[in-house]
Amino acid sequence: MTTLAPVMDRSIAARLVRSPTDARRARTDRLMRGLALAAAIACVIPLAAVIGFVTVNGLGGLNVDLLTKAPKALGTGGGAASAILGSLQMIPLATLVAVPVGVLGAVYVAEFSGRRSANAIRFAADVLVGIPSILVGIFVFTFLVLPFKQFNAFAGSMALALLMVPVIMRTTEEILRLVPGTLREASLALGIPMWRTVLSVVLRTGLTGILTGVMLAIARAFGETAPLLFTALGSRLVNVGDFGKPMDALPVFIYVNARQPFPALNQQAWGAALLLLIVVLTINILVRARSWGRRAA
Amino acid sequence: MTLQIEPPPSPNSPVDGSTGPQPDVDPVTIAVDRGHDVMPRPLPSIEPAAAAPSTKPDAADAALAVEHLNVYYGSFRAIKEVGLTIRRHAVTAIIGPSGCGKSTFLRTLNRMHELTPTARVEGSVLLDGIDIMGPDVDPVQLRRVVGMVFQRPNPFPTMSIYDNVVAGLRLTGRRPKHELDEVVERSLRRAALWDEVKDKLRANGTSLSGGQQQRLCIARALAVDPEVILMDEPASALDPVATLRIEQLMAELRQRYTIVIVTHNMQQAARVSDETAFFTMGEDRAGYLVEMGRTTEIFTNPKDQLTEDYVSGRFG
Repeated sequence: MTTLAPVMDRSIAARLVRSPTDARRARTDRLMRGLALAAAIACVIPLAAVIGFVTVNGLGGLNVDLLTKAPKALGTGGGAASAILGSLQMIPLATLVAVPVGVLGAVYVAEFSGRRSANAIRFAADVLVGIPSILVGIFVFTFLVLPFKQFNAFAGSMALALLMVPVIMRTTEEILRLVPGTLREASLALGIPMWRTVLSVVLRTGLTGILTGVMLAIARAFGETAPLLFTALGSRLVNVGDFGKPMDALPVFIYVNARQPFPALNQQAWGAALLLLIVVLTINILVRARSWGRRAA
Repeated sequence: MTLQIEPPPSPNSPVDGSTGPQPDVDPVTIAVDRGHDVMPRPLPSIEPAAAAPSTKPDAADAALAVEHLNVYYGSFRAIKEVGLTIRRHAVTAIIGPSGCGKSTFLRTLNRMHELTPTARVEGSVLLDGIDIMGPDVDPVQLRRVVGMVFQRPNPFPTMSIYDNVVAGLRLTGRRPKHELDEVVERSLRRAALWDEVKDKLRANGTSLSGGQQQRLCIARALAVDPEVILMDEPASALDPVATLRIEQLMAELRQRYTIVIVTHNMQQAARVSDETAFFTMGEDRAGYLVEMGRTTEIFTNPKDQLTEDYVSGRFG
């Protein structure tokens, strides 16, 4: 025994000392960690770059004139009032249509349908989320513009609604699935009918989450350009309330003005881009801040 | 706010002096009336549960009569040929090993099993002479007569204590405020929670402790004025002190309500119940009733060897 002990000591010590293999592994480890970190930074850079670039170029264009004046029909001058008012009309109408459809659809999938039809509907919604938005524009163009031989804001709103519905439906459905089944049981066991249970217990419990989905859908609609080019078209005129006529919208305004040969109009496009960025980022940050707050609480 | 004050019921004292013995009412009338009335129904005069001598209650004494009950999930039979009688204004405990269908059985008594898509029932459950499985009975109405309390306290998280208690009333129709106030106080008193929450009725229901939440759930079930209350392991998620309070509460509640409780805890069954039904499962994994009788009989002098093995802790 006494002769064995030192041998054991040595072998343990030998196993503890760093071998060439260990050193190589440590180097590989450092390298891969570095690459992963670089990739992570690469994901964040575009956001920072976009915000920085748009802010620097847009600050000069974002002024009172841009917010309050209508565009001039020809030449330079004026502002983006037509676009701001247009977005503020078409998006509420789109929301008004998309929220009931999206929420009710989610209620059907989460609460009433069988597994098969739920999967089918969920799959369809997922595909719809991924469909290029210009196809939605062409689709709506066929049904709501061609028959009237007139680009119109109503068609623009419907195109936006079509893009919002699957987003609202999927987020709402995810939220409804998070509402514990025990709450449904508790409600039904009180003799509360199913429809009332869904309305006053399930939807009520998931309300903040559903609002999050709606806000994100609105943020998306604010930035959509392609579906509006075929439908609301855009306009140099301020259109308040006439959904049968073309209407301007912020992203369309940016697109049109950026293509003009006049630097002043390009400057307006940058200003409008900054405005749009502020709107979309504000909505996103508000929504996320609220869910952070809830997670902390 | 004027509230009707009512002394908390104490065990073994006759119920509510204002409501004397009632003439026997036609069962059909009772069944029709039940879902709609808000005010406490005049209670039939009752004997204290402990005084009832027989294991086989006669028809007038029976709240629920279960006959040839089979419950299937798809093609799997979960419960086989259960027949038993649950006595009015008594606590009936259902005990048995895991998977013997205790909870399934309980959930069929107010047709909560229908929430499971493949579940299907054969046989009959008579409540005041009416088969609750029959086509004439609407499950929504039935659940106002046969209430339920679950294993985990599940108050509605978006509602205050007050709103939780009146949820069953408010979400089934409009009621005047003073009536709701009365129901809230009466239900919370009966659930032995009033003194603890009377100053914070607007606080969120989930701000209470686990035991208080469970009593809130009991108050919520009482608010719709049920006849029978089903409790599915109501104390298994609670600490011993909260458990004791729930058990004391059951002793008081049985003066006004028929209580059926599923429990894994045999001491609890022995402490709280008047009658005990022992379920187990057979070779085919279908649960069945081994024997039922007065709780003291089941625990001290069971007729069946299986029961004896179970209550003496030799199995399960």
